[in-house]
Amino acid sequence: MISTTPVGFQLINLFAAILLLLAFAMLAQRRVVSLIDLFVAQGFVLALSTAVVAYTTNQPHLYQSTALTLVLKVALLPWILHRLVRKLDVRWEFEGLINIPTTMLIGIVLVVFSFNLALPISQLASTVTRSTLGIALASIMLSFLMMITRRKAIPQVIGFLSMENGLFFAATSATYGMPMVVELGVALDVLVGMLILGVFFFQIREQFDSLDLAHFENVRDQPPR
Amino acid sequence: MGPNGFGALEGVAAVVATWMAIGVLGLLRPRDLRFVRALFVGGAATALALVAIALVALWQPAQSTTLPLGLPDLPFHLRIDALSALFLAMLGCANAPISLYSSGYFRAGEGTAPGLICFQYHAFLAAMAMVLVADDAYLFMVAWESMALASFFLVTTDHRIPEIRRAGFLYLLIAHVGATAILLCFGVLQGGRGDYTFSGMRSVALAGAWPSAGFFLALFGFGAKAGLLPLHVWLPEAHPAAPSPVSALMSGVMLKTAIYGLLRVTFDLLHLQLWWWGVIALTLGLLTALFGVVFAAVQTDMKRLLAYSSIENIGVIVAAIGLAILFQANAKPLLAGIALTAALYHALNHAFMKSLLFLATGSVLHATRERSLGKLGGLIHKMPWVAACALVGTLAIAGLPPLNGFVSEWLLLQAFLFTPSLPQSFVTMLVPLAAAALVLAVAVAAYVMVKFYGVIFLGRPRESSLANAHDAGRRERAALVVLALGCLFLGLFPVNVIGGIDRVNALLIATTVLPAGHSNWLLLAPIATGRSSYMPLIVFAVIIAVVLITIVAIRRVWHGRLRRANAWDCGYPLQTARMQDTAEGFGQPIRQVFEPFFRMQRHLPSPFDERPRYEVRVSDPFWEGIYVPIARGAERIASVAGLIQHRRIGVYLTVSFLTLIALLFFGR
Amino acid sequence: MTLTGLLLQILQVAIALALAPLLVGWVNQCRASLANKRPPSILLPYRTIHKLFVKDAVVAENASPMFRLAPYVVFGAMCCASAIVPSLATDVPFASAADAIALVGLFALARVFIALAAMDIGTSFGSLGARREMFIGFLAEPALLMVLFTASLISGSTSLPTIVDTLAHRELAIYPSLAFAGVAFTMISLAENARIPIDNPATHLELTMIHEAMILEYSARHLALLEWASALKLFNYSCIGIALFVPFGIAEGASGLGMLAAVPALIAKLAVGGAALALIETVSAKLRLFRAPEFLGAAFLLAVLGMLVNLLLGS
Repeated sequence: MISTTPVGFQLINLFAAILLLLAFAMLAQRRVVSLIDLFVAQGFVLALSTAVVAYTTNQPHLYQSTALTLVLKVALLPWILHRLVRKLDVRWEFEGLINIPTTMLIGIVLVVFSFNLALPISQLASTVTRSTLGIALASIMLSFLMMITRRKAIPQVIGFLSMENGLFFAATSATYGMPMVVELGVALDVLVGMLILGVFFFQIREQFDSLDLAHFENVRDQPPR
Repeated sequence: MGPNGFGALEGVAAVVATWMAIGVLGLLRPRDLRFVRALFVGGAATALALVAIALVALWQPAQSTTLPLGLPDLPFHLRIDALSALFLAMLGCANAPISLYSSGYFRAGEGTAPGLICFQYHAFLAAMAMVLVADDAYLFMVAWESMALASFFLVTTDHRIPEIRRAGFLYLLIAHVGATAILLCFGVLQGGRGDYTFSGMRSVALAGAWPSAGFFLALFGFGAKAGLLPLHVWLPEAHPAAPSPVSALMSGVMLKTAIYGLLRVTFDLLHLQLWWWGVIALTLGLLTALFGVVFAAVQTDMKRLLAYSSIENIGVIVAAIGLAILFQANAKPLLAGIALTAALYHALNHAFMKSLLFLATGSVLHATRERSLGKLGGLIHKMPWVAACALVGTLAIAGLPPLNGFVSEWLLLQAFLFTPSLPQSFVTMLVPLAAAALVLAVAVAAYVMVKFYGVIFLGRPRESSLANAHDAGRRERAALVVLALGCLFLGLFPVNVIGGIDRVNALLIATTVLPAGHSNWLLLAPIATGRSSYMPLIVFAVIIAVVLITIVAIRRVWHGRLRRANAWDCGYPLQTARMQDTAEGFGQPIRQVFEPFFRMQRHLPSPFDERPRYEVRVSDPFWEGIYVPIARGAERIASVAGLIQHRRIGVYLTVSFLTLIALLFFGR
Repeated sequence: MTLTGLLLQILQVAIALALAPLLVGWVNQCRASLANKRPPSILLPYRTIHKLFVKDAVVAENASPMFRLAPYVVFGAMCCASAIVPSLATDVPFASAADAIALVGLFALARVFIALAAMDIGTSFGSLGARREMFIGFLAEPALLMVLFTASLISGSTSLPTIVDTLAHRELAIYPSLAFAGVAFTMISLAENARIPIDNPATHLELTMIHEAMILEYSARHLALLEWASALKLFNYSCIGIALFVPFGIAEGASGLGMLAAVPALIAKLAVGGAALALIETVSAKLRLFRAPEFLGAAFLLAVLGMLVNLLLGS
């Protein structure tokens, strides 16, 4: 009665499913603070999954990836985001560009699309967990959708960050991790991006008194006085 | 003459001739009401004869013949095979009660003389029967157009009212757009050979993009008559405008002739089916179903509600056909058979259910002269027979076991669920999503039907004039009871019905759903008993048994005392009939959840209004989005073309002269 | 179908009828204990039902025969459902009479009848309750069907005995699709059985009523039947959940001894389930009515995701 597939691979499948669920939950979430919590959960699941892959395939360098993920995505970035949210006093976001049920519908279509896109690619990969490639691709697509359908700036940034999460998961499931150089580079890019964006947000807030991106559309060149 | 004396085809021709004769007789004494009523009863008896003939023909091999009428080199070809026989049986079964009802329904002084209505009605029936047995394109188009024309006159029976004239015009317009597409489809199907008989078309093997062109022209053309998106706009206008028996006939039978045409072209005349046709038909059908049912939820006119419900059911049928095409193209014959059976069963069910409901609304209309849901209510006390039959129809359309609506829904869900891995992988994943959409449409249909029945028959009367309502006459009651019993029969004995439908499956896709020699008439298990099964008679018997045992047991163990008092209503002292839900109120949750579907204009009162007024107008986005721009474009082109008209003879003569010179010059 | 089969079937329905009020009593006891109150007796629902049967029925003057018939039909539909749900054994004779889809159809039949009966008297409460109940129903029914579809995709059948047999004999592993389906099923049961966060079964405020508003006009034996039917509904939903997600201990094949041996396992699982239900109810707040579509939409989405994950990952 005990399953024949090793526990490790079952766990990876489970984590993949939870990742997809979290991507959908972020799509539907209205409160910005909960968004950041969901992002933390995503980072945590990602770290766990990397650790399990490291254990089952005996690749100790993935433990360093796990540590990096934990430090960056579970601790540092959320702390920066929470600080930003408190300083900018952005708590709620009302309806995005499209209402939530329609977004969910588009999300499901994207999931089906990604699954089908990933099928031939996952035939090429040589890992046992290659079927989770479709899920990783789907969560990247969903994060992109989140970026598109949001009005305020911080959820867009969180969408961008969770895209990177999905990418990382795709890498670990299809190729058992990326070279450390690539990984450090990507992590550094993300960190620098966050810092710059944080500075930008204050500037935007100063100029427009709000982080609602609809205000950008009314910007025109000031005529010379 | 067939080998056994009087063949089925001769029988059908005799029925058609009888109907035409009845119609012409009606013209002789147009205002004699009793004579016309007797004629309608005669028409009903003829319909019963048609049912018998069709059921016999269902089990025989196909027969064809040629009539000496028609064009010189294209006489009328007739053919009756299993598909025609099934639809003829549907026509007869639905029509007999409707004719019986009409004999009690039509009264003098409603715009058209009863005898004229009799003629138009029976011409309509005769044309529909001819469509179903036509075996060449010419006869098909002649019968199709006669059907459209006869029904146009029936729709505009009350032609003194301008809205009804407008509805009739829209109906005729879209019918002609569809007929043009069907004609083009036949043109594609004959494949350049010039042989417009169906047997000729069957032997043509089209290549390249021509089969797809043929299929899509057929889908467009027959979809216009059936009420598929976006050609559905005539349905909610024409059905309320027509008298109720005519609406019943149109919804119950005429829409099914379009389904017949689609099936005939797709599975019989075209020699192959492609999988992506099935996907498009499935998507279009599901969108139509969702759209129809969501709009039905916000209607305040009882006949418009039923019209939108018809759109939903047609959507379900076309979705089932799409699924059958998909499976057939992927060489899964058993599943294609199940999907096709679901489509045909649903068509049969809908003929009964919708006719029943339209006839019930006819009785309500006669008794109360009210069509708006906001002015009805509490009619179960005044019209118990109509209410009881309408309850059966409501439960059936809502898809509840053990009635017939559930059987076709069950079959369709089985076909969806047992989708194997198809070669097109994204279709494999899309099919469960399609099942979700179908289930959603069916759930909203239950909501809509509770609204329909509850607002009309239950509760308190919303107008004091409803106290004068009376129950339907004897003939109307008989017709309603027959239709209700039909719904019950179709629900409790599905295996027997599927035995008949299997003949059509054998004809179209060369498979049968029930295995040969299947003898257990209680159990419906299309794939295997262990996979899925349904025994409606047992479910029905168990529920009835439990109800009876409970009633008796409670009376024995405790008691059955009852007394009447005022309604409790949580102790509120003042209760009027206006405090119930209106039709808009009952549909408001659906309107709120499905807001993107509608175009809504609302007028809310402000706190400072002396006479506060709330108005909400829900309209069809297709009308504003597609039809109005097309109409404006047509008007613009027409006004440009109208510049030619100078009304001076000299100009016209000059133009003719120049044309003559040009032709002589170029035709040298 | 033999005589023993028929008797076993009746035994299963009888046990369901007997245990259902006990389940409701247990849930109420847990709720009271969690709220630091003295819990009522676990046999209170039985006493309530008996008390109601003894009373004279008082019916509004303008009630139609349908109003008086509806409680019996609802009770009949629920009994028929309890005959089909494999609570104690999988091979009962009526199991092939209706599969999972027909089961959902029976629940829908009960819902439609009670909604129509609510509209019959013509008070504002009745139509309000009917409208809200159909609203919740039209969202919950597709979600429930999707959950059952996920289970039937895994087991290759919609017949409940086959589903239970397949799922009981599967390897002990983690199945994400079943996990999603389980969460979705819990959310749907909360909605369909009129529990917090969708409806408050103990409310007296019309703003928060759904189920209570519909049975407002009923009294005596009619009300007793409706209360018993809603207890049966909770029992049936719990048994469906147990059959789909924790099917160990259900007797396979039909034998009287096997069924009676399965009763302790059933009672134990129901006790745990009832306590969990009470915990969820105590911890959650009731949702606004127009948040209910989001709640049920989330359940629907979870079920659809479960199906898609099953198609992709094969587990």
